[in-house]
Amino acid sequence: MSSPSQNLVEIRSLSYRLGERIIFDNVSLDVQRGRITAIIGPSGTGKTTLLRMIGGQLKPDEGHVLIDGVDVCQISRERLFELRKDMGMLFQSSALFTDLTVFENVAFPLRVHTELPEDSLRDLVLMKLNAVGLRGARDLKPSQLSGGMARRVALARAIALDPKLIMYDEPFTGQDPIAMGVLLTLVRGLNEALNTTSLVVSHDIHETVSIADQIYVLSNGKVIGSGSPDMLRDHATPQVRQFMHGSPDGPVPFHYPADDYRFDLLGREL
Amino acid sequence: MLALQIIRLLGRRALERIEGLGRATIMWALALWGLPNRTDISLLFQQIYNLGVLSLVIIILSAFSIGAVLALQFYTQLVRFGAQEAVGVGLAMVLLRELGPVVTALLFAGRAGSAITAEIGLMKSTEQLSSMEMMGVDPLRRIVAPRLWAGIISLPLLTAIFNVVAIYGGAIVSIEWLGVDPGGFWSGMTDFVQLWNDIGKGMVKALVFAIIVTWIAVYQGYDTLPTAEGIGLATTRTVVHSSVMILAMDFVLTLTMYGDFN
Repeated sequence: MSSPSQNLVEIRSLSYRLGERIIFDNVSLDVQRGRITAIIGPSGTGKTTLLRMIGGQLKPDEGHVLIDGVDVCQISRERLFELRKDMGMLFQSSALFTDLTVFENVAFPLRVHTELPEDSLRDLVLMKLNAVGLRGARDLKPSQLSGGMARRVALARAIALDPKLIMYDEPFTGQDPIAMGVLLTLVRGLNEALNTTSLVVSHDIHETVSIADQIYVLSNGKVIGSGSPDMLRDHATPQVRQFMHGSPDGPVPFHYPADDYRFDLLGREL
Repeated sequence: MLALQIIRLLGRRALERIEGLGRATIMWALALWGLPNRTDISLLFQQIYNLGVLSLVIIILSAFSIGAVLALQFYTQLVRFGAQEAVGVGLAMVLLRELGPVVTALLFAGRAGSAITAEIGLMKSTEQLSSMEMMGVDPLRRIVAPRLWAGIISLPLLTAIFNVVAIYGGAIVSIEWLGVDPGGFWSGMTDFVQLWNDIGKGMVKALVFAIIVTWIAVYQGYDTLPTAEGIGLATTRTVVHSSVMILAMDFVLTLTMYGDFN
């Protein structure tokens, strides 16, 4: 491929099932270079699973995941680990190494993958920590951090190797309003400052909509709507509108599928 | 119909077990393949410290008690024939061939094996292993391999320490307390104990047990359900499976190495 395509990640007719449950049914989507793409949808629609497939941690039953034109499912274990150096992922649980300090957590990918001398490594780690505003917290242990701070450290670690693609798994969940604002600014700001591509998976619609360039709405294993935030707000599909406006009941039912309510309570006496 | 269901259940269980064994073997092979490498050496030393050095206290205390108790029992029997000097050789044989490797491995499974399982299990459930993979670092090399190798190196050394301490424990009880003649005690030992047949074969056992215990511990941690309950179960399983396997393998090894019992 001499001229790189406009899309960094291309997912083509992806299908995946877990036992009886269909997680993805013929899903296709693109993540454009240099932009922030968001995948939103109710909890339990396999958004995290999708990120794991892009990272090559899970293999789909059918379909392709192409990163820079390379099919993640077809390459060897060594090349996969090679490819992952170009990806940063922010886990929902932050997933910091609990036995290392904040500084060492951010230094970890650099120590493993580069041969930097100690003083350059120190400068680089402090720059990454400064970018998320936690240069002063370098000597703390993960257990001493608040949830929002832990996520920012994890973000600094995810960008340590200047990845081409940063993936965010529910970055806003469980954050207080201030931490949320900080994270929003960071996601937006880092995408521009580092000139990378971002993929945000979230069910926090308002926050996600405010920073995303392109949105895909995922429900019941299918992409039910896609487009810019403005386009989606007035989308023709009622399901998409319900989700964008956050109504509790609608095409996506309030109740988990169950037996008839009266039957359930009164038994066979009906 | 019930019979059919039972057969089906048995079949499924058997398949699950075989699948688990396959996964464990692949994991083991990939991890062992991973070492050594320059940066991994420091990780290995750290694990040898965690698994080996930190197990020293329990090993030494247990060894001393077992040596002392064995000496007491041997003495009460042998003194009836006036053969109390044979306490030394009896003690050495029992410890070097059987009790040393077996008891050390059992203690190691409880002290270090359970710790390995819990640690790796918790790393898995807090997504630390996943995040490592996503950073392009193979957790099999970074986390699993150093622990496997550290266990394989530590347990034979711990067994040797156990044997020495237990023999001295027995010597103190027999010589200082029960008044056995030290010359007879030690010379009986040096006359009859053979380098390969007694010490070497005991060490072979220790090595086999080391492989078994660390393999089970690492696999149970790596394959655990990422919940609190899952980690609890996995830790229990490590200790139970290791203990049973150690005792069963001890029988097999004794049978094959010391042969010709009939």
